[in-house]
Amino acid sequence: MSISVSGINKRFGDFVALDNVSLEVPTGRLTALLGPSGGGKSTLLRIIAGLEFPDTGSVEIEGVQATWLPPQKRSVGFVFQHYAAFKHMTVFKNVAFGLEIRRKPRAEIRQRVMELLELVHLEQFADRLPSQLSGGQRQRMALARALAVQPEVLLLDEPFGALDAQVRKELRDWLRNLHDEMNVTTIFVTHDQEEALEVSDEIVVINGGRIEQVGAPADLYDRPANDFVMKFLGPVTTLDGQLVRPHDIELLAAPGQEAIEATVTRLTRVGFEVRAELRTSKGGSEPWVQLTRIQAQELDLEPGRSVWLRTTHAPKTLAVS
Amino acid sequence: MDQSTVELIRSSLGPLLEGMVKGTIPLTAISFVLGLLLALVVALMRLSPIWPVSAIARFYVSVIRGTPLLVQLFIIFYGLPSLGATIDPWPSAVLAFTLNVGGYASEIIRAAIISVPRGQWEAAQTVGMNYPTTLRRIILPQAARVSVPPLSNTLISLVKDTSLASTILVTETFRKAQELAGPTFEFFTLYMVAAAYYWAVCLVLSFAQSRLETRLDRYVAS
Ligand SMILES: Nc1ncnc2c1ncn2[C@@H]1O[C@H](COP(=O)(O)OP(=O)(O)OP(=O)(O)O)[C@@H](O)[C@H]1O
Ligand SMILES: [Mg+2]
Repeated sequence: MSISVSGINKRFGDFVALDNVSLEVPTGRLTALLGPSGGGKSTLLRIIAGLEFPDTGSVEIEGVQATWLPPQKRSVGFVFQHYAAFKHMTVFKNVAFGLEIRRKPRAEIRQRVMELLELVHLEQFADRLPSQLSGGQRQRMALARALAVQPEVLLLDEPFGALDAQVRKELRDWLRNLHDEMNVTTIFVTHDQEEALEVSDEIVVINGGRIEQVGAPADLYDRPANDFVMKFLGPVTTLDGQLVRPHDIELLAAPGQEAIEATVTRLTRVGFEVRAELRTSKGGSEPWVQLTRIQAQELDLEPGRSVWLRTTHAPKTLAVS
Repeated sequence: MDQSTVELIRSSLGPLLEGMVKGTIPLTAISFVLGLLLALVVALMRLSPIWPVSAIARFYVSVIRGTPLLVQLFIIFYGLPSLGATIDPWPSAVLAFTLNVGGYASEIIRAAIISVPRGQWEAAQTVGMNYPTTLRRIILPQAARVSVPPLSNTLISLVKDTSLASTILVTETFRKAQELAGPTFEFFTLYMVAAAYYWAVCLVLSFAQSRLETRLDRYVAS
C-alpha cells in the first residue's frame, strides 16, 4: 500500500469535516476522490499532504508513519486548484525550485527541468513568467513543479476545475497518459463524475465527511452501494418505485412480460440520442428513458403513443428513499 | 532679492550640503536600514501563533506609534543618563529613529506578508521549502511590491524627521541652518535654503520609488 489512511476524524469547530475515514491506496494507481461540494475531499487530500492535521487517526505513506510530519518531510507532490504558481519566477525557476533547495548540481537541475517541461509541453515557455501563460499551461507547469522532486505520491486538488470544458477534457486524457508513463501513485480530487469515471483506476466516493463506496469505475456505475452513489455517478430515473438508469429501460411497442404500460409525454433530441419522457398508466410515475434515434424511429415514438417499459439491466433493486 | 541675501544663500549652500551629506543622509540611511530589519522581526513576531511573542510585538508597536518621536528622542538622550546610560548624540539619534521606523514599518510589512495568498506558503512547503527559505524566496519578494509605496512614505517622513536630531546636538542640515542663522538673524533665508534641500532629497526619493515600483510590477502581474 502506498497510502494508508485509517480512522481519520477532522472537525472545524463544531463542524465534522471527516468522520472516521479509512482508505488504502495501492502503489502506482490513479485514484479519484469524488463527491459533492463540501463533502471533505480537499480536507482528506490536505491531510494526506500534511497541509492539515487530523484530530484523530493516522496517515502512512510508503510504510512511513506520516501523521504528524510536515509537508516538507513527506514525499508528496501537490497541485492546487488555483495553480499557486510562484508569480515572481519564470516557468523554469518554478519547476527548478524544489531541486535547487535540495542542492542538486546545476547541470542536473537544468537537464531534469527541461525533461519535465518537455513532458508537459512547455519547453518553449521556460523563460516566461506564469502571468504570461494560459490557465491550462499554468496548471501543466504546476504539475511539472510537483513532479520535479520525484514524489512517491502525487496529489491533485481539482486540478482542472478552473479551466474550460475543452481544455479540461484535453488535460484529463493527458493526465491519464502521463500517469501510465510515470506510474506515480496519484490521487486526484474532482466533483465531476465523468472525469472520475473516464480517468481513474479506482474511485472513492465521499459525501458528508464519510466514504460511501470505493471501487473500480465500472463497479461503482453498475453496482452502486446505495442511492447516493447511484445518483451521483450517472443519470437516474424512477420506474415502478425503483431507481434505474434511463438507458437501462427498454421500450416495447406491444405488451410484454413484466412490462408496464406508459404514455409518451414528450420527446427531446440531444445529438444522436433521444430522451423520451413518459407517464405510467398505473401509479402515474414519470420516468424518462434514453434511447438512440434508430430505436426511436423503429418504435415510431411520438407524444401520446402508448408503450411498454421494462428494465434491461438486472436491477440492483434499490428502494427509493 | 538684494545683493547680500544672494551672497548669504551662496555662502550657506556649502555648509548645508555638508549637513545633508554628513548628517541627514547617513542618519536617514542607517536608521532606515536598521529600522527595516527590526520591522521584519517585529512583523514576524506579530504573525507568530505563540501569543506572548505576538503580544510583545503588539506592545512595542503600540508604544512607538502612541508617543511623539521628539519625546522618544529626549528619553533616549536626556532621560537615559539619569539611569546611568549615557549615549552620544549620533547613536542616540540612530537608536530613536531605528525604533521609530521599526514600529511603523512592521505594520506595513505584516500587512504585505498577509496579502500573499496562503497557497504560496502551501505550494512552497509541498516542494520541500522550510519556513526561512519560503519567506525569503517566495513571500518577501511578492510582499515587496505591495509594501514599496507605504515604505517609501515612511522613508520620506524619516528624511524630514531627522531634523529633530538637531535638538540633541547632531549636526545635520537643520542644525547647520540654525548655526548659520544665529549670528546673522537671517532665519527666513537660511531655513528656506534648508527646506529646499529636504525637498530636493524627497523628490529624488519619489522618483526612485516609481522606478522601483515599475521594476517590481512583474511580481504582481497575475
Ligand atoms: N479551514 C477550515 N475552516 C473551517 N471549515 C472548513 C475549513 N476547511 C474546510 N472546511 C469545511 O469542511 C467541509 C469540507 O470541506 P472540503 O474543502 O474538504 O470540501 P470539498 O469536498 O473539497 O468541497 P469542494 O468540492 O467544494 O472543494 C466544508 O463544509 C468546509 O466548509
Ligand atoms: Mg475542495
